[in-house]
Amino acid sequence: MPRLLTKLLESNRQRAGRPSPRSLVAWLWLLPALAFIAVFLIYPVVDTFRISFMNADSTAYIGIGNYVHVFTSRATQDALLNNVLWLSFFTLLAVGLGVVLAVLTGRVRYESLAKAAIFIPMAISFVAAGVIWKFVYAYSPEGFSQIGLINATGTSMGLPPVAWLVQQQIAYTGQVLPTPLHTNNFALILVGVWMWTGFAMVILSASLKGIPVEIIEAARVDGASEWQVFWRILLPMLSPTIAVVATTLIIQALKNFDIVWVMTAGNFNTDVVATLMYKQMFNFRHFGQAGALAVILLLAMIPVMLINVRRFRA
Amino acid sequence: MSEAVEQPSPDSPGFRRALKKLASRLPLHTVIVIVVLLWMTPAFGLLISSFRPPSEIASTGWWTAFQTPFKFTLDNYRTVLAQNRMGQSFLNSLIISVPSTVIPILVAGFAAFAFAWMKFPGRDFLFIFVVALLVVPIQMTLIPVLRLLADVRLVGTFPGIWLAHTAYGLPFAIFLLRNFFAALPRELLESAYLDGASNLRIFFRLIFPLSVPAIASLTIFQFLWVWNDLLVALVYLQDPSKSPMTVTINNLVSSFGTQWQLLTAAAFISMMLPLALFFALQRYFVEGITAGAIKG
Repeated sequence: MPRLLTKLLESNRQRAGRPSPRSLVAWLWLLPALAFIAVFLIYPVVDTFRISFMNADSTAYIGIGNYVHVFTSRATQDALLNNVLWLSFFTLLAVGLGVVLAVLTGRVRYESLAKAAIFIPMAISFVAAGVIWKFVYAYSPEGFSQIGLINATGTSMGLPPVAWLVQQQIAYTGQVLPTPLHTNNFALILVGVWMWTGFAMVILSASLKGIPVEIIEAARVDGASEWQVFWRILLPMLSPTIAVVATTLIIQALKNFDIVWVMTAGNFNTDVVATLMYKQMFNFRHFGQAGALAVILLLAMIPVMLINVRRFRA
Repeated sequence: MSEAVEQPSPDSPGFRRALKKLASRLPLHTVIVIVVLLWMTPAFGLLISSFRPPSEIASTGWWTAFQTPFKFTLDNYRTVLAQNRMGQSFLNSLIISVPSTVIPILVAGFAAFAFAWMKFPGRDFLFIFVVALLVVPIQMTLIPVLRLLADVRLVGTFPGIWLAHTAYGLPFAIFLLRNFFAALPRELLESAYLDGASNLRIFFRLIFPLSVPAIASLTIFQFLWVWNDLLVALVYLQDPSKSPMTVTINNLVSSFGTQWQLLTAAAFISMMLPLALFFALQRYFVEGITAGAIKG
């Protein structure tokens, strides 16, 4: 995106000689957009910063109290850790699967059909995906008929049923790992991966098609195995695109709200920053806390964007 | 079938070569087919279940539905449309999504026109500033906008949510349209100016028709973004009679968590329009969705 930006700005400068109406007319065309942006984006961002330093109903300033609470209370610490788990595993899995599927589907004749099947989940809402996967994860106690696909498969192999969206200890072994390494968190992340792998795959597949065939052929002629072609040629040449896809997914992981809200409502220690913020707004009516959580989300997103910009300038 | 064509016999070298090639590529095909099946199965299970009687869904897995005697029904859809506000919610989703798509694209089009084709001081800086707003998470705006809408009594109204969605959609829409407009042939616009066409005329008669591909992708992206949105509707539209499907389904999940006959039918109703768009306009769809993913 940023490279595209600078390129476009350059092309605009070259156009300086064209007939141009007076700048007053330009501002008139910009006015509706700027009004919306000022009222619904810029003012709220500034106001949320202010609110985050105020008490529950924004009647008095209380300094950095809300931020101190965010980083010291157990609930918010866990939510922050859950977000870290989301952004690492969700991104890693979706990008990894996306690369593999882009390479594999590019080698068969039914490529577009296979890619469409994997991309389709991007079309539906997180809410619908939540229902679909709640059904896949459905759990009945041992001895009862399992209507969820995973537990039915598991019990048919003699394994006990698992309450995937509730259980925190590791499935089947019962091992207890520290927060956020909980079974239910991973179950939720898998839903995100199901939805977003198609995105990673489509973008990476387009970039893969841009790699000159001669390079790959030359390597093969020189005796490189397919494995070496993948690791030494395709992957390095894809890395700028991988970076873009990864940053996009990290931002999705940070903002993640819907999947958690629909599937567990943040219960059983699955809260993330966005769901906690919603609860602070509507359950606890503490706008100061909610504001602080929003600011933390914004501050976490800015470096991700900056890393991306810097990568492109280098 | 022509008899004259020589059928490859099982012993011919050509057939053996083809067989060998197939054998060496078999693992590749197997992996792809397994992944595709894995990806489709969850949604397929939902679709099948939505046509099964409640007692069947609750007692047996959906994969047993293919054993005779078949027991399929449309009752789940009838029930959920009539009794659980899904019919009204479908309409609400449309009432919310259509203006929330048209208004931002029009407003963004005006701004993109100015950014791409007019000269004014600070233009490049302002454009970069608007695009930078893509990074702002919606959460950062929820509290002040909620208070603002409450002040003008627009909480729980359709115009309130139209305004919010318009603003949220603008940075990306301006970014996309300006890029497209700026790449249009310069001579075309210059000759239109020389012919004395007004800006408005050039915008609606020249720029918009020429930008149909970009506008199509953007329309699909923005429409689906609003159609699939849960958070914005939850926060600004706190009136159950005006809830879009996402909010209604979310409520069904929390109050009827195990009534799968309702949940599966409701979820499928909400998926129909996005799926239809996907199959009808796949190219614009993929372009719009992948380009829009950068939206913060």
